[in-house]
Amino acid sequence: MSKKPDIPQDGEGLLHGSRRDFIKQSSFLSAIALTPEAVLRAAENKWDEKVADVFEKIPVNLEVNGVKYSVKVEPRMTLLDLLREQLDLTGTKKGCDRGQCGACTVHVNGKRINSCLSLAVTNEGKKITTIEGLANGEQLHPMQEAFLKHDGFQCGYCTSGQIMSAVALLKEGHAHSREEISECMSGNICRCGAYSNIVKAIQEVKNSQS
Amino acid sequence: MNPFQYTRSQGTSGAIQSLVKDPQAHFLAGGTNLIDLMKMGVVLPERLVDINQLPLKSIEKIPGGLRLGALATNSEVAEHPLVKQNYPLLSLAINAGASPQLRNMATVGGNMMQRTRCPYFFDTSMPCNKREPNSGCGALEGYNRMHALFGASDKCIAVNPSDMNVALTALDATVHVKGPKGERMVKFADFHRLPGDHPEKDNTLEREELILAVDLPAPSFNKHVYYLKIRDRTSYAFALVSVAAAVQLDGNIIKDARLVMGGVAHKPWRLHTAETFLKGQPAEEATFERAAQLAMEGARAYAYNQFKLTLAPNAIRQALKNASLS
Repeated sequence: MSKKPDIPQDGEGLLHGSRRDFIKQSSFLSAIALTPEAVLRAAENKWDEKVADVFEKIPVNLEVNGVKYSVKVEPRMTLLDLLREQLDLTGTKKGCDRGQCGACTVHVNGKRINSCLSLAVTNEGKKITTIEGLANGEQLHPMQEAFLKHDGFQCGYCTSGQIMSAVALLKEGHAHSREEISECMSGNICRCGAYSNIVKAIQEVKNSQS
Repeated sequence: MNPFQYTRSQGTSGAIQSLVKDPQAHFLAGGTNLIDLMKMGVVLPERLVDINQLPLKSIEKIPGGLRLGALATNSEVAEHPLVKQNYPLLSLAINAGASPQLRNMATVGGNMMQRTRCPYFFDTSMPCNKREPNSGCGALEGYNRMHALFGASDKCIAVNPSDMNVALTALDATVHVKGPKGERMVKFADFHRLPGDHPEKDNTLEREELILAVDLPAPSFNKHVYYLKIRDRTSYAFALVSVAAAVQLDGNIIKDARLVMGGVAHKPWRLHTAETFLKGQPAEEATFERAAQLAMEGARAYAYNQFKLTLAPNAIRQALKNASLS
């Protein structure tokens, strides 16, 4: 807690009586540490009930890589955090967490999206595919094989997002030229600069399909 | 991200009532802008009203035009056969914005509502009249490279970041909105507003109103069109300047023209004077040059966006040329 929120140490004036037990929960304490403004605002407006309410978890049913899950999440949990923190599917990476890098790319109902900008609760009833769902048992997806063959990565952090984007790109039917592939892969940043090899990998899979 | 309460709406009236009941509530559609702003602490809703289940997703023919549901995604619109065939300018503009992943999430209504990319709006440690009325404008005397040339005020010099909005302005679209008192129609050109004394208001939508659809009129600019977007990298960046150009040609003579700029004002900047001039002129370099001169009348640059005074007219000439040749 490097940046202490400007609230009384014991929480007096913020939460009272029965709320005491509530603030013992670590999630709430970390929320105070991370988001002092909202809690302060809530305190000013005597909205402690409301602050408690928002920690209520909401049930979500969704299918990930063919497996059905029924989970409970806070409304503010992103699909990315649900996959990584609650379902232990850590192949999907958190890069910028703001929809700018593409490391968190997954498929929702067959379409590629940034899972960092999708709230888990909005994915009720959806079918999600992550990098863990591409291979068929021990047999890698052709795009995974092609990335290995063409060295489509160096550090590998962006790779799962790149591969998920590339698989979607071929389905979208926009990989006719090098330029078109570059344009359609522009939502996936690779700071090692493996772009030329990524394009080669995509071209190989594209050519083997046609 | 700050905690908030969550409501899942099943009907448009229910969604609107949720906003009436809770003055701190916001609608949530694709989330590509709002969730980002919430993570940054720029927008702090107490409640999100999820409207993704509402029946506003369809793209359908209407007498003499096409209706885009407010929840149709940007990629669904850009890739729709009727849009590609009859409104290619809209496809070009949408595909010039964001990334494929974001276009798969972002919606028509959400794109219309997206906030400016002014860095002072995003940085909560800086003054910004748009984020916090009467706190001042960080951009006016700051690093204002991305900022407006037209229609700005001393309260705000931010620009609207959307490419889709530029094309919908050029195509004379109409917006259907619904509020607690019923439905109304707004001309797309009147949907967004100039900052004036109230830069906190990006548009003329009332807080409790919901966008239902956007109607496109009968296709009249479907052949000679071009969307030119100038940005800091080849793809996946916001516009420094963009130009939507569309002409109707009779041989080499321009019968009618539409010309709208993006990245230069608080709203898509339609160039009426240049459009009027273009009618009846030959589609040639001298004509485009004069149109660009007319378009730039009244432009005012700031310390770091002087380059736009050269970039913008050049972009207009190039876009008109490419549209005429397409």
